[in-house]
Amino acid sequence: MRYLPLTDADRAEMLGVIGAGSIDDLFADVPAAARLSGPIAGLPAHASEMAVERQLRGLANRNLSAGDAPFFLGCGAYRHHIPASVDHLIQRGEFLTAYTPYQPEIAQGTLQMLFEFQTQVARLLGCDVANASMYDGSTAMWEAIGMARRITRRGKALLSAGLHPHYVSVAKTMAKFTGDRLVTAVPTLTDGAPGDDLATLIDAIDGETSCVVVQNPNILGHIADLSELAARAHEKGALLIAVVTEPVSLGAIRSPGEMGADIVVGEGQALGVGLQFGGPYVGLFACADKYVRQMPGRLCGQTYDAAGQRGFVLTLSTREQHIRREKATSNICTNSGLCALAFSIHMSLLGERGLRDLAALNHAKAVQAADRLAAVPGVSLVNDGFFNEFTLRLPKEARPVVRTMADKGVLGGVSLGRLFPGEAALANGLVVAVTETVDEADIDALAAALEEALA
Amino acid sequence: MSVNASGWKPEMHDAEGDAPATFTGNRALMLEEGLIFEIGDATRTGVDLPQPPKVASRLGGLERNRPIGLPGLAEPEVVRHYTRLSRQNYAIDLGLFPLGSCTMKHNPRLNEKMARLPGFADIHPLQPIETVQGGLGLIHLVGEWLTTLTGMAAVAMSPKAGAHGELCGLLAIRAALEARGDARRVVLVPESAHGTNPATAAFCGYAVENIPATSEGRVDLAALKSRLGPDVAAVMITNPNTCGLFERDMAAISEAVHAAGGLVYCDGANFNAIVGRVRPGDLGIDAMHINLHKTFSTPHGGGGPGSGPVVLSEALAPFAPLPFIEADGDGHFRLVEEETAGEHHGSSFGRMVAFHGQMGMFVRAAAYMLSHGADGLRQVAEDAVLNANYILRSLEGVLDAPFAASGPCMHEALFSDEGFATGFSTLDVAKGLIDEGFHPMTMYFPLVVHGAMLVEPTETESKAALDQFIGALRHVAERAKAGDPLLKQAPLMAPRRRLDETGAARKPVLVWRDPAPTAQAAE
Repeated sequence: MRYLPLTDADRAEMLGVIGAGSIDDLFADVPAAARLSGPIAGLPAHASEMAVERQLRGLANRNLSAGDAPFFLGCGAYRHHIPASVDHLIQRGEFLTAYTPYQPEIAQGTLQMLFEFQTQVARLLGCDVANASMYDGSTAMWEAIGMARRITRRGKALLSAGLHPHYVSVAKTMAKFTGDRLVTAVPTLTDGAPGDDLATLIDAIDGETSCVVVQNPNILGHIADLSELAARAHEKGALLIAVVTEPVSLGAIRSPGEMGADIVVGEGQALGVGLQFGGPYVGLFACADKYVRQMPGRLCGQTYDAAGQRGFVLTLSTREQHIRREKATSNICTNSGLCALAFSIHMSLLGERGLRDLAALNHAKAVQAADRLAAVPGVSLVNDGFFNEFTLRLPKEARPVVRTMADKGVLGGVSLGRLFPGEAALANGLVVAVTETVDEADIDALAAALEEALA
Repeated sequence: MSVNASGWKPEMHDAEGDAPATFTGNRALMLEEGLIFEIGDATRTGVDLPQPPKVASRLGGLERNRPIGLPGLAEPEVVRHYTRLSRQNYAIDLGLFPLGSCTMKHNPRLNEKMARLPGFADIHPLQPIETVQGGLGLIHLVGEWLTTLTGMAAVAMSPKAGAHGELCGLLAIRAALEARGDARRVVLVPESAHGTNPATAAFCGYAVENIPATSEGRVDLAALKSRLGPDVAAVMITNPNTCGLFERDMAAISEAVHAAGGLVYCDGANFNAIVGRVRPGDLGIDAMHINLHKTFSTPHGGGGPGSGPVVLSEALAPFAPLPFIEADGDGHFRLVEEETAGEHHGSSFGRMVAFHGQMGMFVRAAAYMLSHGADGLRQVAEDAVLNANYILRSLEGVLDAPFAASGPCMHEALFSDEGFATGFSTLDVAKGLIDEGFHPMTMYFPLVVHGAMLVEPTETESKAALDQFIGALRHVAERAKAGDPLLKQAPLMAPRRRLDETGAARKPVLVWRDPAPTAQAAE
């Protein structure tokens, strides 16, 4: 077996040192009834690299990959071009095969990277500080709601209708067990900006509200000024939590932190990570300085070594489970280190100028596509403002239209029927994301496929 | 040890003492590297983008009106920055990484290659189901291996890491108890448990109580039995446990817990010791998470991403989280989500993550499983246990091994700090190992042993690598016993000396702040 260096001679010699007659002697503590006498039945024997590769390629080839089709899916996972150097660098063994930096003297590479990541995320989201990342955007949002409960000592969270419905599902699951009360709503296909949703939220804030949670751009692609919502939440002693699922948008629009959000969480997948069928992704988590001791997750901080040189360590671990056990702020024991590295490298390659240019390119292509698609007979655009994702209202149910287009090799968007099953008022909605990877021929192909599917 | 067959030896007149300071602060191949905020700026970039088409903005008046403050670098600078940083890390690729309970085994590169096939890496989680049959099939394949290897009825694939898997298991337990109208409030956890166990139980709304250990380092069955009762929802057990021992009474523990109406959670962090040799399902376990980043070789990546699927017993299977995948037969797969759960899986406790879990890690784990096969995995457990026992028996004469008399260890060997000179600690030994070119073992865990040193070599180490590590640890331990003052200074040869962690926590500096302009600059 190519991954096992011991030879039979080594094994015999080592058993001699141990003083055991056979390998079975080392498993003597396992009750006889639970010991398996040979390889587990029902599984194949070991295989060569070549054979494994053939089998897995067979499965991979059964998928229609995004690069092989005009591709317009978003809703929490975005396809951006990833520079070649990102994947090269994250595969350096010193990053790939390192552990959590518990021995900082020999983990400065990971630690400095995390410090840089935290700073990039804090600046991008418009907050004072950020942590070293979370599992993904959906779990980051739930952790933020829990953090707001700890800060305000109130248990009612108001969730915007514009949140990703899977994020809301995650929060509902957790709230069942923690006793948090969640007020939720579903969006409507009303034309224009999400003003109604914000007004509804503002009206609902009361003395029991721990936080208001709002996504920007939201699940339908609407973008909103959160300033008033923030001010009204603060008046009542509640926090504003903002969720960003498309961080590239922040190269073009104002960050939630600038608009007054207290905690900003997000999904960092769009930068450096890739689609990967939903994971692993990287949760972003940022907040105001004053709340840092209530923050979940790992934090990296600057310090100095015994020779006076600057260095970095994991810090404020008294919040964490390995110290606090049942009193920890969260049970989380990991971050999404390698994805955070990919995000950070992509951000360093872009820089301020690259990110702003990338955002401008996404927006311009999305505007082009929105106008082109809204010209398809029977189709209309729901949004006034949007970044790189918008919602179309079709003259019939969107879900079968998406399937029909996929049969023709066009991955034309996400139907609201898939995201909000059972919500008849949303069934005709199609959410279309347009990134820099889309070209004019793709837009034409989508327009043609849509026209054909609707005919 | 270097080899010099020629016998050439240069005349060196100033070889003694410290090397002189350098202009750069570098030490030959050890290169210092500034922060990107110090070396980059807002005008440089490492990407070339086409000009956008000319359109009128539809950003609704929310155009960004302030700089973000992100430094950029050209591609060669980026490559150099991260390459230099990488060289300040220790890694499995460099040497033995004996962190107990972390299973730092070799990460095969075939795994990486497979995870990057566009058919896996470049598919969207919300694509129409018919366009991702291979993706669903891959998840299903890994799930089948896991249920077969553990002898369990079902598996929840979506948990993102070990602690998230614990959460999944305990939520399933709580949902199952509530479904039978049984509001139990207590979870029992052994003293030696990993910190995530009590943290998870508390998060799920349970009061946590400790179960004592015997002098042998195992759960005290009698004490556990006496505590069981109608208020105990579950027992969380790690098996093999964090002292590196197999819980001989596991089946009896499960039986007693079940008889008292509770359920059994097993922390599967140490599954590597028994994979292919023992099926936890045969020991009465109801739920167990499996760290794919431990037993199944997906990379740790400097702290994640992990992946923590949870295998479930018949009793808990109906409460598994959404989404999950079902085979329809004929090689066709179905995704069960909120919409379709009602028909067959109405008792699911709900969704834990936005999408399907750590697909990239499932592909890597699949490559690992298929490469080893049932026979290879059995050999994995055997070699992992053999290597750990070899270390235990090679060092028990030098280091105190509190449970060595209990019999063989499993995949990890546990030592204490007994016998060190006054003022010398496990930390000093760990830092001394750094100078020897090794990552230290797990320190001060489990808490039940004073100054614990938990050594897990894994099966992917050669005998030569083990012998070198044993020699190094013996040498450092003897320095600690002799009270060598230089050991208190270690590491002396790493990129950094000991770092001030207390200062870091007292006045946290968590982000880079641009230095305030100096008085002269302002003028």
